[in-house]
Amino acid sequence: MDSKAKVLAVRQGRYCVQADPAGVLTGTHFLDGDQACCEGALAAGCRFAAGYPITPSTEIVERFAQRAPLVGGIFLQMEDELASSIAIAGAVWAGAKAFTVTSGPGFSLMMEHIGFAVMTETPLVIVDVQRGGPSTGLPTLPGQADMMQARWGSHGDYEIIALSPNSPQECFDLTIDAFNLAEQYRVPVFLMMDECVGHMTEKVVIPPPGEIEIVPRRYTSLPPSQYLPYRADAHGVPEMVRAGDGYPIHITGLTHDERGYPATNYQAQEQLVRRLINKIRQHTDEIVRYEETTLDDAEIVVVAYGITARVAMQAVQMARERGIAAGLLRPIVVWPFLEKRLRELANQARAFVVAEINCGQIVQEVERAVSGRAPVVLVPGAGGAVHHPEEILEAILTHASTREVLR
Amino acid sequence: MSVLAEVPLAPNPVEAFIRSERIPHVWCPGCGIGTTVNCFSRALLQSRLNLERVVVVSGIGCTGRVAGYLQLTSFHTTHGRAIPFATGLKVANPELTVVVYSGDGDLVSIGGNHFIHAARRNQDLKVICVNNFTYGMTGGQVTPTTPLSAISSTTPYGCFEEPFNLPFLAESAGATYVARWTSYHVRQLTHAMGEMLRKKGFSFLEIISGCPTLYGRRNRLGDGLDEMKYFKDKSVVQHGANTKEAGIGFQGPIVVGKFVDIERPVFLEQMNQQLARTLDAQYAGCVGDYVPS
Repeated sequence: MDSKAKVLAVRQGRYCVQADPAGVLTGTHFLDGDQACCEGALAAGCRFAAGYPITPSTEIVERFAQRAPLVGGIFLQMEDELASSIAIAGAVWAGAKAFTVTSGPGFSLMMEHIGFAVMTETPLVIVDVQRGGPSTGLPTLPGQADMMQARWGSHGDYEIIALSPNSPQECFDLTIDAFNLAEQYRVPVFLMMDECVGHMTEKVVIPPPGEIEIVPRRYTSLPPSQYLPYRADAHGVPEMVRAGDGYPIHITGLTHDERGYPATNYQAQEQLVRRLINKIRQHTDEIVRYEETTLDDAEIVVVAYGITARVAMQAVQMARERGIAAGLLRPIVVWPFLEKRLRELANQARAFVVAEINCGQIVQEVERAVSGRAPVVLVPGAGGAVHHPEEILEAILTHASTREVLR
Repeated sequence: MSVLAEVPLAPNPVEAFIRSERIPHVWCPGCGIGTTVNCFSRALLQSRLNLERVVVVSGIGCTGRVAGYLQLTSFHTTHGRAIPFATGLKVANPELTVVVYSGDGDLVSIGGNHFIHAARRNQDLKVICVNNFTYGMTGGQVTPTTPLSAISSTTPYGCFEEPFNLPFLAESAGATYVARWTSYHVRQLTHAMGEMLRKKGFSFLEIISGCPTLYGRRNRLGDGLDEMKYFKDKSVVQHGANTKEAGIGFQGPIVVGKFVDIERPVFLEQMNQQLARTLDAQYAGCVGDYVPS
C-alpha cells in the first residue's frame, strides 16, 4: 500500500490539492531519513519549522534552515523545546503549516503543548527521532521507547495519530501523510522515527508535485457573525480561521464551548473531550495502516515497526526457510492501534512475537487486542542497538508447532 | 421603571472591545487588571489600527484571562508560553500586531527564558505585564517580583528572595521600549500602550497593580483603594530613569515613567537582510513587507 493511495483513501471526500512545486525536489536522491523527512515536510507545504538542536534529529532542521529561505519558508531556532512546540502552534494559527523535530529529552519537554494542540485542535506535526532513554540516555544510538509517551505523554484523556517509518523513503512519504492527517483531523500527528532510520542513507524517490496530494487547511466560509470555532462537522472536526482574517475568535486550552469560551463544567467537558476522542476513534479504520508479509498462512505472527521491522523481516524469512509459517505485521500507523486486524489474526495464529527496541510497550497493545487467545511474546531491547534476527527467530522457533520444527 | 432607566446613556466607549456575554469576569473587587483592560481598550480606540489584525496572546493566571474578555482575535495559551506562541504568530504573519498580555508569574517566572530571548531577538511584540507581586489564581504564592519581607502563602514568614527588577531585566535583554506605571496611572497607561502599539520592536510595559484579596490582605495593606493610595503617594515619575535603580522594596517608592525608547532592527528585518545579502536573488523572501528592495 503506497502512501499516496492511502492518502486518497482516507480523505473521506475532502478537498485535496497538488503539492506546491516550489517545495518539491522531484527526482531520485540518496538521502538519509532525517533529510528525507525535511523534504517530505517541504513537499507537504510546510513553510515553518521551529526547533531546538538535539541528536539524532538535528539534521532535519539543519536541512530545513538551508532549504526554507529558497522556497518562502522560515526556520526559527528557539530557546528550548517548550518554545519550539508552541511557536509552531502560533504559526499554524497565523495560517502556516508547521512542524518541530526532536528526540527523547526534547520530546519530554514538548508534552505540555501536545495537550494544548489537542485541546485547541491545532493541526501540527511533531517528529521524534527516537534514541535510547530514559533521560539523556544514548544520544547517538537507536531506541523505540517513546511510543507510549507519544500516546499518553501529555496529561488528560486524548487521542492522537502516530506513524512509524522504516526507511528514508517512508520518512519522506509518511511526513506528507502526517501533515495531511493533521489537517484532516485537526490533531497533532507524530512521526516516530528512530536513530537508525534517521541516519540510514538510501534511495529516495520524490515524485513530481502533480502526483503528491495535499490536504489543505479547511477554512470556514461562514461570516464572523455565524462562525463558531468549535462547532464540528459530521466527522467531529470544526473548520478553522486564521488570525488576521477578521474573526474575533478566542482560543483556549481550558475546556470550552462551541464559541471557544471557557466552560469549566462537567457538561462542557463531556461534550468536548468525547468529541476530541471520537473524531479519531470513530475513524480508526480509515486512519490505521499496516503492511503484511506472508501472513496468509502464518501460524506465528511477528509484529514490528520502524527499523525493527526490517530486522524482523529477515527473521521471518529465516523461519520460512526452516519450514515455519511465519509472517510479519508492520504497523505503519501505530496510533490509533490496529487492534481489529490483530483480533482477526488471533483466529489463525499460534503465537504473536513482538519485537521492539524497548522493554515492552506496543506488546501490551498486542496483548490487549489478542486478549488471551494466543501467547504474545516480547523480544525486547533496552536501546542502543537493533535486534539480531536470530533473537527474533528464536522466539518464533520456540512457539512454532513442534512437529514442523522437527521436520 | 425608574427615572434613571429612561435617561439615554452614552455608550461606553470601550464596550465594543469587550466580550460582554462573558461578563461578569473572574477578577476580584479592587483588582487592577480590569483597569488596565479599560486603558488598553482606549489605547486601541485611539490607535486607529485595523482591529482585525490585532491579536492578544495571554498565558495562564489572573492576567492570563485578559485575552478571553477582549473582543479581538485572542489566544489563551499555556503557562509561561504566551511569548513563544506570539513569536510563531508574528513571524508567520508579520502584518499582525501581536500583544502579549500576562502576569508577572507567567511572564518572568515560568516564562522568563522566553521573555529574555524574545527581547534579545527584538521580536516585534508588545508585552504588557500586570505585576501584582503574587500568583493570584492559585491563592497568593511568592513570585520572582514579590518584594523582600512581603508575606505570601509560601513565604509565610516573609519573602527572602531578591526579586527581579523588570524594567532593568527587559532593558538588559534588549527591549527597545520599556515603561512602568501603576493601575492608578490610567491616562499614562493608555498613552504608553498607544506608544507600544505604534512602536516596532520588543516593547515592555510593567503595570504595578493591586491584589487586595491575596497580596494586600496577607500584608495588611487594606483594601483596593488603600493600594491605590500607596501607588499614588509612593510613585515617582522619572522618565529616562536608570532602570538599574528602579527596583521596588516592600511598600517602598515606585519609579514610574518611560525608561527606554530606542530603535534597533527587529528580528524579521535582521533575518531578511542577512538572507537577502547572502542568497541574493535566490532568496524567496518571507511573508510581509520586510524584504529590502
